[in-house]
Amino acid sequence: MISRVADSIYWMSRYLERAENIARFIDVNLHLTLDLRFEVVSDQWLSLVSTSGDSKDFEKRYKTSSEEDIIYFLTFDRKNPNSIASCISAARENARSIRDTISSEMWEQINRFYLLIQKNNKMNKIKNLQEFFYQIKMANHLFIGLTESTMSHEEAWHFAQLGKFIERADKTARILDVKYYLLLPNSEFINSSYDAVQWAALLKSTSAFEMYRKKFHKISYKNVADFLILDPSFPRSIHHCVLQALTSIRAISRYTKTESPALTDLASLHQVLCHDDIHNILETGLHEFIDKFQIKLNEIDQEIKTSFIETSPTIPKNESDDGEENILKKQTES
Amino acid sequence: MNFKQYLVDGFYDEMYEADGTPRPTSQPLIDLINSLPGQDLRRRQKSAELALLNLGITFGVYGNKMGTEKIFPFDIIPRVIQSNEWTILEKGLEQRVKALNAFCADVYSDQKIIKDGVIPEELILTSSSFRKQCMGVKPPQDIWTHISGIDLIRDDQGIFHVLEDNVCCPSGISYVLENRATLKRTYPHLFKTMNVRLVSNYCDHLYDTLKYVSPNESDTPNIAVLSPGSFNSAYFEHSYLAQQMGVPIVEGRDLVVVDGFINVRTTAGLERVDVLYRRIDDNFLDPEAFLKESMLGVKGLFECYKNGNIGIANAPGTGIADDKAIYAYTPEIIRYYLNEEPIIPIVKTYLCSNAKDREYVLKNIEKLVVKLVSGAGGYGMLIGPASTREQCNKFRTLIKNNPRHYIAQPTISLSRAPTIANNQIVGRHVDLRPYILHGKSTYVLPGGLTRVALIKNSLIVNSSQGGGSKDTWVLGDTDTEINA
Repeated sequence: MISRVADSIYWMSRYLERAENIARFIDVNLHLTLDLRFEVVSDQWLSLVSTSGDSKDFEKRYKTSSEEDIIYFLTFDRKNPNSIASCISAARENARSIRDTISSEMWEQINRFYLLIQKNNKMNKIKNLQEFFYQIKMANHLFIGLTESTMSHEEAWHFAQLGKFIERADKTARILDVKYYLLLPNSEFINSSYDAVQWAALLKSTSAFEMYRKKFHKISYKNVADFLILDPSFPRSIHHCVLQALTSIRAISRYTKTESPALTDLASLHQVLCHDDIHNILETGLHEFIDKFQIKLNEIDQEIKTSFIETSPTIPKNESDDGEENILKKQTES
Repeated sequence: MNFKQYLVDGFYDEMYEADGTPRPTSQPLIDLINSLPGQDLRRRQKSAELALLNLGITFGVYGNKMGTEKIFPFDIIPRVIQSNEWTILEKGLEQRVKALNAFCADVYSDQKIIKDGVIPEELILTSSSFRKQCMGVKPPQDIWTHISGIDLIRDDQGIFHVLEDNVCCPSGISYVLENRATLKRTYPHLFKTMNVRLVSNYCDHLYDTLKYVSPNESDTPNIAVLSPGSFNSAYFEHSYLAQQMGVPIVEGRDLVVVDGFINVRTTAGLERVDVLYRRIDDNFLDPEAFLKESMLGVKGLFECYKNGNIGIANAPGTGIADDKAIYAYTPEIIRYYLNEEPIIPIVKTYLCSNAKDREYVLKNIEKLVVKLVSGAGGYGMLIGPASTREQCNKFRTLIKNNPRHYIAQPTISLSRAPTIANNQIVGRHVDLRPYILHGKSTYVLPGGLTRVALIKNSLIVNSSQGGGSKDTWVLGDTDTEINA
């Protein structure tokens, strides 16, 4: 398939997954803060900004860090490239450039998704935040379902899968990293009912609460980390995401008859997750483990680009700056 | 909302006779609309608009990233064309496209038409659409005008005229197909009753037309739609056509020339392309052959084409056939190449480059429509009767400074069709753009884009100037006709 198309479908998928995850993080915080004392509430909100990795940008542009500020920053702020609105627009622009590759149903859904954000953005105030974030989650679920059932499971589909699972693995790792450290050192809360509430919230933000209960029944931080990192079958655990990404990159390598280092790296990452145990990880340090994992993911992302997108002869940069638009204006159709 | 208050107002009306009685073929449509309860038509209009919005059938406004997309205004009352009228148009359009194709082939080779004194050489050489690079080029199957959109208007006597030819990159066909899909949901029962002819197989014909100019014998040549990219205002159409044909849409940066052939960059390396349906102007196709600063095209594409290694539709250089000054000669062109009388007349045209015509135009500009010879989209034109004295004088100066760039035509009272505006049904002026495919045989799509000037009394139907569109129902004449 055309390299540019592979790149666009990969990023379309990543952006949508990113938007959904941000909605999950905010939604769960909205629930969580209802059960917390006032002074810890603002920490909870600030931690969300670090989850998406945008603390610096936020501090630079916002004077206060109220709940409203943070929700606006993460949801509608178009200057924040990782806000839900920015992600959906980027996903839609990518989808638009590959209309011939994705199904009409997928395009219509991504377009409805965009209009949902637009409509609420215009309202300025969201009457019912929880309902809004729920709609966002469902909009992406519907998109994922349509992708599953209206698009042939061929090379392009595997690029979409790859994007989705790499993004999801990254987001699960991030929320675990941030929340874990925020929750852990607070001796006041350990083994208190607040503690359980917090860990439950973390599980809920990844829709993992019920599946976790089935496996471990009672909430403990070790088991939560174990479940979100090492469980092979839960669809948002790091292990599962890596396995799915690996499956897709194997398929892509078969289609393209290309040996990519991304395949080798994902395979060895998968081996680690199969054989490691949680005590080991916690002993060496969860943060260190996640840090290493995310560095590896970034490398894999680069390798995908080098192996499949930037095939020789060198592909020119995607130019969408004013220069090109100006030339385009001159070009008319009758 | 219904037809009970509808007035013909002395114009030629597409649905009513001059005395205000419905044309028999439109009767079922009028009856249906009249039978709808109060706000039902309005509800159907809103739901059609919402469907178009959800499908992202919008055009973007340049230079603005958020909230600037609009749907192309769409009126749910279709325009109806009777089968006997269509039969004549079909023949006339086929004739016209054949002649224009022969004209392109001749202009870029022997130029017999100049040597025989039918068209002055100067008119061709001074056209901004003439591409001297194309001299001596033989496109595959000798086809130049693969896809044409020919604009027709109806005057106050109901007679169809050709208003202009679009044989370079005519756009709008995706709206024809989407409008039809929308109306099938809006009035599901009417299609059978009225025996509306099918348009939905256009893309099958388009695919065959493109396949026919493949330089190799393969039964599954690699065809692609070449687009300037997703920020172009017509991108919806480019991707729509690609999707409907099941071929990829490519941009210049996806393509590269290797060993004299065009290749697309894929995840598995390079793959050869056989035919490009280009939706980019000649000038932007290849920076080596045409405009140096073009970033949209492919370096070396023209050379591959000249060597017969790729089919390009429409052929580079065809723009010469839709120059509005050449248009004045199209009746002669038809007679010269086909030895036939033109079936559809053109509008009387004054060439400002011609001293006698110019004198007439300058004197009578208040009565005339003045157009740029290479203009499109309703820009750079003057409608004398609707303009101020200053505007007329400005055009007088423009014409004197650059006569070759302007033509003028008498102002024609376009026919009107019933249209929804301000919650009632009123008459609005319309034109018609049918689409013609020229390959192994010539195919005229039974339908086309009816553009409507939504503003009262306006004669400008372009979407950039307050125009909208309607579905066009060409009626079949027998019961065996397949229903839409």
